[in-house]
Amino acid sequence: MLAIEIIELTKDYGVGFWRKRPRRALERLSLEVEAGEVFGLLGPNGAGKTTTLKILLGLVFPTVGTARLFERDAHDISAHQKVGYLPENPSFYDRLTAKEFMTYAASLFGLSDKARSCRITLLLEQVGLSDSVNLPIRKFSKGMIQRLGIAQALINDPDLIFLDEPMSGLDPVGRREVRNIILQLKEKGKTIFFSTHILSDAETLCDRVAILDHGRLQGCGELREILEMGLSNTEIVLEKPSPDTIVALESFASSVVRTGDRVRLELRAGSDLAKVLAQIVRCNAKLISLNPVRMSLEDYFMERVGNSDGLSSRRGATAGMESRRNE
Amino acid sequence: MIQRIRTIALHTFKESVREKVLYNLIIFALLLIGSAVLFASISLGIERIMLINLGLSSIAVFGLLMAIFIGIGLVSKEIDRRTIHNILSKPVRRFEFIIGKYLGLLLTLVVNTTIMTGGFYIALYYVQRHLAGEDALLLETIYFIFLQFAIVVGLALFFSCISTPILSAFFTFCLYVAGNFLADIRWFGRESGSVIFEKVTALLYYILPNFSNFQVISQSAHGKAVPSYMLTAGSLYALLYVTIVISASILIFEEREF
Repeated sequence: MLAIEIIELTKDYGVGFWRKRPRRALERLSLEVEAGEVFGLLGPNGAGKTTTLKILLGLVFPTVGTARLFERDAHDISAHQKVGYLPENPSFYDRLTAKEFMTYAASLFGLSDKARSCRITLLLEQVGLSDSVNLPIRKFSKGMIQRLGIAQALINDPDLIFLDEPMSGLDPVGRREVRNIILQLKEKGKTIFFSTHILSDAETLCDRVAILDHGRLQGCGELREILEMGLSNTEIVLEKPSPDTIVALESFASSVVRTGDRVRLELRAGSDLAKVLAQIVRCNAKLISLNPVRMSLEDYFMERVGNSDGLSSRRGATAGMESRRNE
Repeated sequence: MIQRIRTIALHTFKESVREKVLYNLIIFALLLIGSAVLFASISLGIERIMLINLGLSSIAVFGLLMAIFIGIGLVSKEIDRRTIHNILSKPVRRFEFIIGKYLGLLLTLVVNTTIMTGGFYIALYYVQRHLAGEDALLLETIYFIFLQFAIVVGLALFFSCISTPILSAFFTFCLYVAGNFLADIRWFGRESGSVIFEKVTALLYYILPNFSNFQVISQSAHGKAVPSYMLTAGSLYALLYVTIVISASILIFEEREF
């Protein structure tokens, strides 16, 4: 069964004072997500990830196209009964406590008093907020708000969970906890659709990913297939090689990076590995490691986005990845 | 549907009653009602009239400030802070959200008006040393004041759906002021000699909320009860006006993107 079906979705936002100039945020996007899948929507900032999520949640209307959740129109609120949503940089009601807010969220789904109470206790414990149940949300740190956001997204025990940048604002421990929660949900057969520009998260969690740039779908596929695409490259690390060794090996390498005493060479595709090793033995260089280089999702992302139309997207992608490095 | 509207209304109430500014306004209102006792004590022979005029006017003014202050943020604050994303992603219809918000704020104003009314009756008891049957008739006047709040909250909510909080406050206040002088505006149009101006002012007279229908404070201060036909007509007018304004808010809100 399809949990999400997006057909030829196009979205134009009106810009300017009279909002007459259209700015295309999504262009003929088509996607299908099977029930039980963990699906990652990747792309640099401004790629159209959040717009896609908002259309699926009925917050924004598509200009053209159809979006369906469990075979119902995304704007049909009965489709939302089994949907959970964590917005990007969530913000909740400052004057309410965590428990009051969770009660509010649960009541909107029509949960009975008993079910509500059990679910709230369980979820707040699961996200590590059981000590802050009666604390006003205005006193929460950014990480705590993110955790509360995850808890409220799960209040109705949803079958389909939308997570918009779920790791943003979390420290490494928090990120790992969220990853574990997502994996637990996956084990329970839930469908998870999340947008991120943090590629390692997608790499760890997703069954399939789609890459968006400038509102256009750049690629979509099973992660395994994508990651197995580039197994042919080889990386060699040498310790304290002489300048002659490097000169001798340079003709085989696509890149040579020196880090302290070590030199990392990435061999060109199709290089004869036996010749390279013979050269290393001949030069009496110390070989530290020889590894096949797997294409990472980051490489795939850069390749796809980089090919789409140049510098601006490359900058966006790089910014996304730099923010990951800084985190 | 009813359950979701009730949930949103109760939550709005919970949020609103925790606004610190609201407490400040109530304290100011109670202080002003208290000070009316002082003015009454130096107004020989007209203590009661003085107290009723000042006390009920305080309730009207501070209630109005509360209605505008909270009403303008009802929707725009939810949009600015993106809390609305969370609510509308749940099985909540947009009209349920608007009606729930409106009722929540109305409930807040019921509570605040009740507190101010309590303060007013304490002041009245202090001045008269007793409460008579005619004092109960003042509740009708307070009900009329409350009907004005109900319309003002509706207007604030409407502007909150289409504008920023500051502009919403400005528009709501302007409409309130204009609504108190509609008869004068129409008279001015008739006297102007311009057919177009007369038609425009006549149109405004029928479109804008006519708050002068609810001005019964002076009448009550002089011991005159609000006639029952006025009570019925005033209630129906407020109900109709609020229904129109809330329906317009819903129509706009249904088309909005977040």
